[in-house]
Amino acid sequence: MNLDLRIPMGLMFMLVGAILSVYGWATRGSVLYLRADNLDVNLYWGLALLIFGAGTFLLGRRGERKARLEPQKAPTPGEHRRGH
Amino acid sequence: MFGHTQLTAIDWMIMLLYFVFVLGIGFALKRYMKTSKDFFQAGRALPAWICGLAFMSANLGAQEVIGMGASGAKYGIATSHFYWIGAIPAMIFVGIFMMPFYYGSKARSVPEFLRLRFDEKTRALNACSFAVMTVFSSGISMYAMARLIQTLHIFDGLFVTLGLPLGWIFHFSMLLSAVIVLGYIFLGGLTSAIYNEVLQFALIIAGFLPLVLIGLHNVGGVSGLRAALPTAYMHSWRGMEHASTNPLGVDAFGLAMGLGFVLSFGYWCTDFLVIQTAMATDTQENARRVPLIAAIPKMFFPFLVILPGLLAIAATTPRNVTTETMVNGTIVRETRVVSKAEAEGHGLVPAKTDPLTGKIVLDASGKPELDYDLAIPSMLLHYFPSGLLGLGLTALLASFMSGMAGNVTAFNTVWTYDLYQSYIRKGASDQHYLKMGRWATVGGILLSMATAYAASGFNNIMDTLQLVFSFVNAPLFATFLLGMFWKRTTGNGAFTGLIAGTTAAMVHHGLTLPIEAHPGIHGGWIAVLHTYPSDMAQNFWTAIWAFSANFVVAIVVSLFGKPKPESELVGLVHSLTPRAKATEHIWWKRPEALAVVLLVTVVVLNLIFR
Repeated sequence: MNLDLRIPMGLMFMLVGAILSVYGWATRGSVLYLRADNLDVNLYWGLALLIFGAGTFLLGRRGERKARLEPQKAPTPGEHRRGH
Repeated sequence: MFGHTQLTAIDWMIMLLYFVFVLGIGFALKRYMKTSKDFFQAGRALPAWICGLAFMSANLGAQEVIGMGASGAKYGIATSHFYWIGAIPAMIFVGIFMMPFYYGSKARSVPEFLRLRFDEKTRALNACSFAVMTVFSSGISMYAMARLIQTLHIFDGLFVTLGLPLGWIFHFSMLLSAVIVLGYIFLGGLTSAIYNEVLQFALIIAGFLPLVLIGLHNVGGVSGLRAALPTAYMHSWRGMEHASTNPLGVDAFGLAMGLGFVLSFGYWCTDFLVIQTAMATDTQENARRVPLIAAIPKMFFPFLVILPGLLAIAATTPRNVTTETMVNGTIVRETRVVSKAEAEGHGLVPAKTDPLTGKIVLDASGKPELDYDLAIPSMLLHYFPSGLLGLGLTALLASFMSGMAGNVTAFNTVWTYDLYQSYIRKGASDQHYLKMGRWATVGGILLSMATAYAASGFNNIMDTLQLVFSFVNAPLFATFLLGMFWKRTTGNGAFTGLIAGTTAAMVHHGLTLPIEAHPGIHGGWIAVLHTYPSDMAQNFWTAIWAFSANFVVAIVVSLFGKPKPESELVGLVHSLTPRAKATEHIWWKRPEALAVVLLVTVVVLNLIFR
C-alpha cells in the first residue's frame, strides 16, 4: 500500500497535542484543574502527544523516503509471497 | 443521572479533528481500491505491525472497554483472567500453529477455509451464522454507543444551542456512527478499516492512560489503591481452588478449561473478525507474527481498562462540595452538585437508576444496586477537565466504532465471497464483486441500525442475541482443531459435530441456572437440574459441554465415513503439510522466539498479581 499510516497518524496526534498544550498553557493553574488534583494535565499530556505525534510522523516520512529510494526487492528464494 | 456534560469548543475541536482524519484516510485510500482483492483483503500487502495492532483493536468494541472496566469494578484484578489466561495463550496458538493453514490455503475467508478442508455444507453453515452474527454485533455496538451518549448527555448542550429536541440525540448518535463507519469502509475497504483500527488503538491509549494516571494520583498511588480496596480485589488467583471462595464463582478447572481453552481459543482462533487482519499481511511468516504482535499490547491492556474500574471503586464517593481557591488574587468558589445516583453509588460508580421512573434500583437487601457499566464513563467525567475530556470521549467513541468496523468488513467479505459468489451469482467479473462489496457494506450498516432500533424497542433482545451467539460459537474451536490436526476428520463429521455442539450448549443452558436468577433467559428454561454460583460459571460450563459434544460427535461420525484423499489436504492439515522453511535466519527474529517471550511474560504477570 502506498500510504504510510504513520504520516496521517503522526499529523493527527501533533495537532491534538498542539491544541491541548496551547490550551493547557493558557489555562495553567486555573480552577479548571481542581478536578484533576490541581495538575496541569492538559499541558503535560498535550506535550506528550505532541512528541509522540512528531516521532510517528518523522518515522513515516523516513519510511516513505526509504521505500522511494529502493524499489521493491525481489522475493528471496524459498519465500512464498502469496497473493502477488 | 449525570448533569449536563459541559463540552467546550476545545473538546468539539478534538472530536471533529478525529472524524476528519478517519474519513480522510478513507478518501486517501480510495484510489488504491482497484480490485476486489484490494477491497476485501487489503491487497495482502500490509506490514505486520499495522495488522497486529488492528488484530487487537478489532476486538476493542464496547464490550471490551466498558465491560472490562465494569468487571474490574465488580470483581477486581481477577478480571485479568480474560487476558492472561484467556486471550494471550489463544493468540500465541493461532499465530504459531493455525495461521500457516489459514494463510497458506489461499482461502479468502474462514468459511472458505472450511470449504477447502471439509465441504460445501459446513461452509454454508458457518458463513450464514457468521454473517448474521457480525451484523447483530455491530448493531449492538451501535446501540450501546447511542445509549451511552444519551446517558452522559454529551450532545445535550449542542442540541439545546441549536434548538433541536433532545429526543433526537439517540437517532443522531446512531446516524453519526453509521455514516462515519460506512464512509471510511465504503471508500477504502479492509485497508481503511485496518488503518483506522490502528488509529483508534492509539487514541484509546491517549485517552485512557491519563485517566489511569490521574486516578492513581488521586487515590495515593498503588499503595493508596491497595489500602482503599478489600484484599480480594488485588489478587487474581486467591480462592480459585473452589468456586465458592472467589468473587467470580468459578473454580480453577472451569476457568482454565472453559475460558482459557474453549471460549478464548474459539474466539481468537476461528473468528474471521480478527483473522481477516492477519490474512491482510504480505507473507505467511508475517501473518504468523500478527497475533503475536497483537499479544504484546493485549497483555498490558488490563492496566488500561481494568484498573480504571478498580480506581473508580477506590475513589471517594462524590458529595456536594464548594471549594475556594485563590486565582490571581481573587477568591474563586466552585460548587460541584452531585446527582442522587452518584451520591448513592460506591466510589465513582453510580447507583443504577430505572430508566422509566428515574428512581434508584435497590437490590434484595434494600441497598442501591451499582451501575458498573458507568465506571469508566463516570471516571472520565469526574477527573477530566475540558480539553482532555474531549480526548477521552473521542477515545470512547473510537472504541465503539472500531468494534463496529471490524464486524462490517468481516460481513462484506463473507457475504460477497462465501454467499453471493458461491450461491447467488457465480463467475461475474471482479469489478462486479468489488461493487457488491461496497453495497454489502451499506446493507450491513443498515441491518446493524435495524438491530440497534430493535434493541431499543425490546429490552431483552441484546441478551438473547448474545446468548444465541454463545451457542453457535462455543463448539467452533473443536471443528477447527480436528480439521487442522486430524486428517481423518470428514465433512459430515464436522457438520454434525457443529450441530451437536450447538444443541449441547442449548440443552445445558436450559437445564442449569446461576444462583439467585429466575428461570428464563438466564437458563433453566427446560428444568433446573443444577445451579451454578455465578452466571460466569454457567457460561464457562456451557462452553465446555458444547466443545466436548462437538469433539466426540465429529470423531465418531468421521470414523464411520470416508476421509478426503490426502492429496487434497496438503496445506490444510498439519501432518500433510511440509513445514515452511523459516525465511528469518536470525533465531530471535522468528515468530517462535517471540511466542516464548510472550509466554514467560504472561506467567510472570500471573505470578505478580496472584
